[in-house]
Amino acid sequence: MALDTAPKGWRSFARYSMLTIVALFILFPVYTTVIAALKPGNKVLENPLVPDAFTLDVLKDAWSQGRLGRYLMNTTIVAFIVTSVQLVTSIASAYAFSFLKFPMKRLVFGIFLSTLLVPLEVTLVVNRRTIDSLGWLNSFQGLTIPFVATAFGTFLLRQVFMQIPPDLREAAQMDGLGHWGFMREVAIPLVRPTLGALGLFSFLASWNQYLWPSLITTEDDMNTLQTGLRLLASSDLDKPNLIMAGTIIAAVPILIVLVVFQKQLVRGLTAGAVKG
Amino acid sequence: MQYDALVASIRLVGVSKHFGDVKAVDNVSLDIADRDFMILLGPSGCGKSTLLRTIAGLEDPTAGEVWIGDNMVNDVEPKNRDVSMVFQSYALYPHKSVQANIEFPLKVRGVNKTERAEAAKQAAEVLGLTPYLERRPGALSGGQRQRVALARAIVRQPAVFCMDEPLSNLDAKLRAETRAELVALHDRLNATFVYVTHDQVEAMTMGNRIAVMRDGIIEQVGSPKEVYDKPASVFVAQFIGTPPMNIFPAGSVEAADHVVGARPEHTHLTTSGVAATVALVEHLGHEIQVVCTIDAEHRAIVRIPAGTEVPGNGSSVFLTADENYRHRFNVETGLRIS
Repeated sequence: MALDTAPKGWRSFARYSMLTIVALFILFPVYTTVIAALKPGNKVLENPLVPDAFTLDVLKDAWSQGRLGRYLMNTTIVAFIVTSVQLVTSIASAYAFSFLKFPMKRLVFGIFLSTLLVPLEVTLVVNRRTIDSLGWLNSFQGLTIPFVATAFGTFLLRQVFMQIPPDLREAAQMDGLGHWGFMREVAIPLVRPTLGALGLFSFLASWNQYLWPSLITTEDDMNTLQTGLRLLASSDLDKPNLIMAGTIIAAVPILIVLVVFQKQLVRGLTAGAVKG
Repeated sequence: MQYDALVASIRLVGVSKHFGDVKAVDNVSLDIADRDFMILLGPSGCGKSTLLRTIAGLEDPTAGEVWIGDNMVNDVEPKNRDVSMVFQSYALYPHKSVQANIEFPLKVRGVNKTERAEAAKQAAEVLGLTPYLERRPGALSGGQRQRVALARAIVRQPAVFCMDEPLSNLDAKLRAETRAELVALHDRLNATFVYVTHDQVEAMTMGNRIAVMRDGIIEQVGSPKEVYDKPASVFVAQFIGTPPMNIFPAGSVEAADHVVGARPEHTHLTTSGVAATVALVEHLGHEIQVVCTIDAEHRAIVRIPAGTEVPGNGSSVFLTADENYRHRFNVETGLRIS
């Protein structure tokens, strides 16, 4: 490797310039959305990038007209159910793959993992039909049950469970703990950062679901935020920025979650990367 | 901290443990008396840890019987065997404080909070851990972690302590100190200790009995003195003692139907005897060790007092084995004759 002789100041200048450019690319759509949402409808199309007028009316309209309160509640319920049940199923299955002995364990785990290769779109039609035949269209069961178990969660947790030294399991066994006890008292507390990250991932994924809810909800009462925004977009052509306001309202809760759990997320992602 | 009188003898009857084709433990029978400090000694892979784990209940024997006291415990869960175990890695719960770690076996057994805090405090006191009760294991040194593991083992007052190379992660100085502490602990608790090690110094200094193992079988059981003075086989003779016993080629010292062994302190450089070449002279300060090559397969070490004049590397010398301290082994089997 060639010796880097550039002065320190220049190097950090270059680095920050690069980061700034990337940040601009990412933030530009967010900026235009915020600007549009805070301008009266008739001003949106003139100088779309300049914040030359300000009103909260559009946000208010979006909230009342778009029934965003109802959608927000639906989305929150769905995201909470999916996240919590997903954590439970992932912990249970990952624990089994890490600590229990049973025949054909590797094969079963392989089959589990292979489901990661199947994109959602492939199973969409079949799942829609199944949910329909169960009479679960327009229901929370329909919105949540197809997502309460994931191979990803199982895989992620299995990897961290496998890092728990076998001696610890045996020490617990000598101390008198069975599998449930060991899971509760030792395994889960030790992988808490990863659990936090996994929970956050599934919460985000569930929050942002669009395709599935749009397929199985036909009643307005069961719309989630994402499908509701779609309705909002087509509801009032006079107010092209209504959808922008709706998007902002939809994004606020998830932003709060991210800010609060940022530490967890980073810790979970880097768990096991560095020897502790 | 004093135990009530417990009967915790251990009896192994024809115990085997096979992993596939590998016979980790092969038809081992062993009696460990109540309050013994029994050392299972042997090189890596000799089956000593497997045997210990079989006693603890972490491995199910493929054949044979394990008795603790008057109970056959083959089908008894580890937690119900009245045995506690100290692991080489200490196996402390990293997310719990020292106090929580020590109390944990009692908590699992449903002992109430005040009682277990009291017991943990006592155990911590015995091991000098009182100042560290609030810390996490990660904030302790190796030696302190080791003592936490011991405290966790003694807190529930088991009849038998199983220890799997508990000192091997400590540095030399700390190991020597902890060795003495463990012996004192054994005297104090009056419980049965079963201790696995590959370190013959630990075996000689700590145990009152040693079982020397090789390839899944026990070569010899006896007191440290017996094992040192009357090794049952060439293997034991060379495994116990630093430097190991010198084994002379058959026919070089006595008749060719057996081999003769002599400890380095009983082997002398003389003007006639077994011809050898000096390969290395090691000055250890208090003594000198002269390593000699007899032939391609036999080496011998001679210990002589510091300050004595020694032959240089490559010089030809003659070795004799002190007649009063000769060990004789069968040429074929390697077993002791006299």
